[in-house]
Amino acid sequence: MARIAGVDLPKNKRGIIGLTYIYGIGRSRASKILEESGIDENIKVVDWTDDHVRAITAIITGELKVEGELRSEVQLNIKRLMDIGCYRGIRHRKGLPLRGQRTRTNARTRKGKRKTVANKKKATK
Amino acid sequence: MARSIKKGPYVFHKLLTKVEKSKESNRKTVIKTWSRASMIVPVMVGETIAVHNGKTFIPVFVTENMVGHKLGEFSPTRNFKGHSGNRKK
Repeated sequence: MARIAGVDLPKNKRGIIGLTYIYGIGRSRASKILEESGIDENIKVVDWTDDHVRAITAIITGELKVEGELRSEVQLNIKRLMDIGCYRGIRHRKGLPLRGQRTRTNARTRKGKRKTVANKKKATK
Repeated sequence: MARSIKKGPYVFHKLLTKVEKSKESNRKTVIKTWSRASMIVPVMVGETIAVHNGKTFIPVFVTENMVGHKLGEFSPTRNFKGHSGNRKK
């Protein structure tokens, strides 16, 4: 049972994949962590010894910002943009894409589920 | 691609001289500019700069958090007020 940074890691996955279940760690960071602690990437999470877990935890708590801390940092950055009232902040407020994407169609990730507007009634003759 | 560090941030030179002048005179004057592409640099903090948006000048009071952004980011060029008949109750 490996529990790192407050997250239960999946037992039956390879170490490199298991680590990516932590917010803030992707494939490249996972591989770097395992390389630094000298653990083979292919060892499954269940097969990690306590020493392995300790080494990994040491690296993550020592060097990286993960989970809650990272989430709050991201939120703070967004809040900063909104507070200074710059273009990106305004887009965040309106829930629209920030980087110049089209909004005539698509942009559903930011805008959420389609809200259909009722058709305008046709003028009767 | 990001601008090379060697050149430093881009600021329209006339704008920079105006900012420095108003800093010296210590009077609250609004500096009008069309230079939306200019980076906000630390000397501008505390100044009010009116940035053109293609139609009017929008006054921007520069605070410390804004340093590193460009002036144009604070002067929206589009003004969408919503569709007709889309009034909320």
